[in-house]
Amino acid sequence: MADTARPVVQARGIVKVFGQHRALDSVDFEVRAGEVHALLGENGAGKSTLIKILTGAYQPDGGEVLLDGAPVQFTDPLHAQSHGIGTVYQEVNLLPNRSVAENLFLGHQPTRFGIVQRKQIYAQARELLATYGLEIDVKAELGSYSVAVQQIVAIARAVMLSGKVLVLDEPTASLDHNEVKKMFEVVERLKARGLGIIFITHFLDQVFAISDRITILRNGQLVGTKDLNQVSATDVVRMMLGKDLAFHQQVVGAAESVQGPKQVEFKSMGRAGRVAPFSLSLHEGEVVGVAGLLGSGRTEMARLMFGVDPADSGEVTVGGKSVSIRNPAQAVAAGFGFCPEDRKLDGIFADLSVRENIIIALQAKLGWFRALNHDEQIEVAGRYAEALDIRAANHDMPVKLLSGGNQQKVILARWLAIDPSFLILDEPTRGIDVGAHAEIVRTINRLREEGLALLVISSELDEVVAYSNRVVVMRDRAMVAELHGADIAPSVIVAAIAENTAATGGTA
Amino acid sequence: MNIIKKFALVAGMGALLSSAAYADGLQGKVIGFSQIGSESGWRAAETSVTKAEAAELGIDLKFADAQQKQENQIKAIRGFIAQGVDAILIAPVVATGWDEVLTEAKEANIPVVLLDRGVDAPEDLYLTSVASDQVKEGAVAGQWLISTVGDKPCKVVEIEGTVGSSPAINRKKGFDEAVAAVPTITIVRSQTGEFTRSKGKEVMEGFIKAENGGKDICAVYAHNDDMAVGAIQAIKDAGLKPGTDILVVSIDSVPDIFSAMVAGEANASVELTPNMAGPAFAALDAYLNNGTIPPKFIITESKLYTPADDPQGEYDRRKGLGY
Amino acid sequence: MKRLNWKGALLRPQFAALAAVLFINWLLFPGFFDITWQDGRLFGSVIDVLNRGAPVAILAIGMTAVIATKGVDLSVGAVMAIAGAVAAVMVTSGSPAIVAVAAALAVGLLCGLWNGVLVTYLEIQPIIATLVLMVAGRGLAQLVTEGSIVTFSDPVLIFIGTGAFLGMPMPVVIAVCLMLLATLAVRRTALGLLIEAVGVNRSAARFAGISSGVLLLVVYTFCGFCAATAGLIVAGDIRGADANNAGLWLELDAILAVVIGGTSLLGGRFSIPMSVVGALIIQAMNTGILISGFSPEFNLVVKSGVIILILVLQSPLVSQWVSARTTALPVRGPKRKPL
Repeated sequence: MADTARPVVQARGIVKVFGQHRALDSVDFEVRAGEVHALLGENGAGKSTLIKILTGAYQPDGGEVLLDGAPVQFTDPLHAQSHGIGTVYQEVNLLPNRSVAENLFLGHQPTRFGIVQRKQIYAQARELLATYGLEIDVKAELGSYSVAVQQIVAIARAVMLSGKVLVLDEPTASLDHNEVKKMFEVVERLKARGLGIIFITHFLDQVFAISDRITILRNGQLVGTKDLNQVSATDVVRMMLGKDLAFHQQVVGAAESVQGPKQVEFKSMGRAGRVAPFSLSLHEGEVVGVAGLLGSGRTEMARLMFGVDPADSGEVTVGGKSVSIRNPAQAVAAGFGFCPEDRKLDGIFADLSVRENIIIALQAKLGWFRALNHDEQIEVAGRYAEALDIRAANHDMPVKLLSGGNQQKVILARWLAIDPSFLILDEPTRGIDVGAHAEIVRTINRLREEGLALLVISSELDEVVAYSNRVVVMRDRAMVAELHGADIAPSVIVAAIAENTAATGGTA
Repeated sequence: MNIIKKFALVAGMGALLSSAAYADGLQGKVIGFSQIGSESGWRAAETSVTKAEAAELGIDLKFADAQQKQENQIKAIRGFIAQGVDAILIAPVVATGWDEVLTEAKEANIPVVLLDRGVDAPEDLYLTSVASDQVKEGAVAGQWLISTVGDKPCKVVEIEGTVGSSPAINRKKGFDEAVAAVPTITIVRSQTGEFTRSKGKEVMEGFIKAENGGKDICAVYAHNDDMAVGAIQAIKDAGLKPGTDILVVSIDSVPDIFSAMVAGEANASVELTPNMAGPAFAALDAYLNNGTIPPKFIITESKLYTPADDPQGEYDRRKGLGY
Repeated sequence: MKRLNWKGALLRPQFAALAAVLFINWLLFPGFFDITWQDGRLFGSVIDVLNRGAPVAILAIGMTAVIATKGVDLSVGAVMAIAGAVAAVMVTSGSPAIVAVAAALAVGLLCGLWNGVLVTYLEIQPIIATLVLMVAGRGLAQLVTEGSIVTFSDPVLIFIGTGAFLGMPMPVVIAVCLMLLATLAVRRTALGLLIEAVGVNRSAARFAGISSGVLLLVVYTFCGFCAATAGLIVAGDIRGADANNAGLWLELDAILAVVIGGTSLLGGRFSIPMSVVGALIIQAMNTGILISGFSPEFNLVVKSGVIILILVLQSPLVSQWVSARTTALPVRGPKRKPL
């Protein structure tokens, strides 16, 4: 049905710039009547920016949006809604303490002489929800129903108010398997009614279950739009992660043969609902790369290792001795370091100086009463700032004034200062410019040569391949593969990530 | 505190404070008393004096503590009406919002007497109100000062209550008007001590510095005794003798001012009597038994206490009232 | 730990504000700076400013640490009342003064610990967590005193409030000692840096291996201790525990002193001595109003006007403007360094 349908909404050559950063760079996108069009991409790919432009929350800096073939300029989401484009978000944006019927009609109640016709509302609400296969008490509070029902109510309201295009922004993220099925039935009905549906999700199996076409974005650029029956899961993963299919085999050092003794070992560590139990050991002078899509459990695994979230099973040994890691302070005491993914939220102390940001972990490890004096601080900060080539006018300036790449190096310096035995880097190159990228990669290689054990999480497969002695693959919150030697190649990693996607349930 | 001991003391007080002996006039009558709460020592004393008075007269007193809330008072009054009490005493927490419940009491033919504060309601809704005259309290303090210093020049400093409160306004008015009649007495400084001991001390310290180390000050007038007690300490800290170098006159007659009098450090205090119930019961007796309509406003006596009035005895007596 | 640039430090707007307020006081009352020796102690308006400012200064010392962690403690006024009440009731019922003082301070520590537990382990927002004790604490104090002012004549307690050491009033001596000890404790150890780190970014502090829970407990407990100390001084000063009025609204003065001292309510950089200067500015203003002879109706208007002026002078916008005009004089502010 998709091939004959006309496009309802089109975006042509959309450009959006935030400061120096091009969030979208001449991206084309369209959704046809009666199709489900999945929009895919890792964090920062530009999905939400594109959606915000289509729904009027942002204005594009270049390009145009067409509705039924005619250019339009939406001033805000309400304006877009009145032209037929409705949105449903992951968190239901309705009032849980009002009735289902009120939520459906809020602001649009049928009235007679200005008086709300309550009976009429209930009847209409029942009628409306019946078309979605939902038979519930519309007088009951919305909050008394499951998230899935609330989502469907939100969809019903959005469709009623708009009617041409429905944007579903990760609607299934908090639903279980049966609820997802129920949701997909609703989507099928809407599709049959001729709505164009834009579906955003991280679950590939769901993409394959319901979509007609997919569009993939990466780093603000369009990778491509494909009919789903023309691509495999592997293709999709490659498009999301890889670099233009130019996959070159890269051999790293002499792989596992040169690595030193076992440095740290995690045995069947896990936490219910977050990460299935996994076992992993790292050796001196070894880099273990972690690959997997967003939401695959890769960050959750790192948080468990560092005690940010305490594990509810498993044990940790460092240098052969068993240690307890229930919180980050214990991890630091055991010689672990962690550069978190969200630098701003979990990493830097924006108002503190570069120097203080570098020495803070060492100071936390030393304790309250063994304070580093001013000279010691200058010495430590200077040493590591120089080693990592941190470019700051002086070390007394607030760290927030440094560039992203230099901030990342400051956090790296912070951990090197404690002379760690094991370092976790979560997306160390995200949000930093290309030059700094290469530098971080060089640094990782150097640290390995110096005998450190490193765990590096990254979506950049080329980088993972470039520095890893081993690669573990995460999928559905479990460690599903461990790749060695010649298998450490983007194509193999992509295949491992995509394997069985269509078969596994995309449950949260 | 030992409750039995407290009651024994209160009972002793009652005999003293009781305004008159109305031969079994209110014996066995049921009277409801809606009290504001116990936010100050004076309030606690009013409650214990009222209970003692009632016990003395054989009244069955129903006591309700409103904890500073009008709705609690209204609830309590409705409760009294439902019980069919013979009369109701109210110490109203605020002035407005009483019309409805007072009308209910009137329709039930239950006389209401207001204690120590008035209300903004038609006068026919209550029998009478018993209160002190705050202007007069100030005037009595002023008169005492005039009679004490005679025609000698006297510079007075005044420690006022909380800015904008009615006792502060009225006690200032009464005193200022009284001493205005004597040109040799001048009020040289006036500041708020917010009715607290520590603020009273701080303000007095400032006055002393500003008036030549206190040597130019002849008397201090404080709107309540607590501030006077603070001022006395400030005077002593400055190396002067309170009560001698600087005269101290204040209002309320709480126990601590009597201990200051015993030490010769305070000269006079005008009483704000906690016995509002005595005159109220007298009026009720006359009304219930003889049908005598009392005046609409009964003013309590503003009695002046000086070191000549057995301050040690007064201190002991008052200490038992919960001040 | 930090190298103080004295020349730069004295150019901070707080010192200018203090000097200006004192100067205005002198204009209003020429004898303002007169100091005499009397009964073995210094005597004069400036001494009054120090003496009367001491309780708020002591509160501000504890409050600074709390605010630096991005918290606030609204209960300090109530804790003052509790501590005063406990000490007064104990000495009047015959306990030795030392025991009474120790008990009052212990109660203060407990109150602070309570706040700390609510904030740290129950993760209640500090403003709500400490509001509990602010409201309930005064009631507790009233319960202890049975609603009346408990007057005492114990010489030790009275000495804490009104005594003198080397001519200086005891409250001033205590405040200065506490200020020096607290400053040394945070700057000679790593506490200061760790407190600032927790205040700037609690999540990052956790990732960096800082045990912020213990740190917060210590900070709130110390704040409770400071409040109890101030409570003892206020009670000793009036020779009685006034549960209704002791420390009433002083939590707001303490917060104001900290803010005037340049510590942001958003946490992070802090300076205990500057908070004490803030407390002195507030008190210099109060004393000035007292001796000015203005009618008391103007008190609050004058006070708020001056405070607004001080805060405007300290705002980043104005300090940028000033530093742009005085580039020859490098003003070394804690945070707002011209860049």
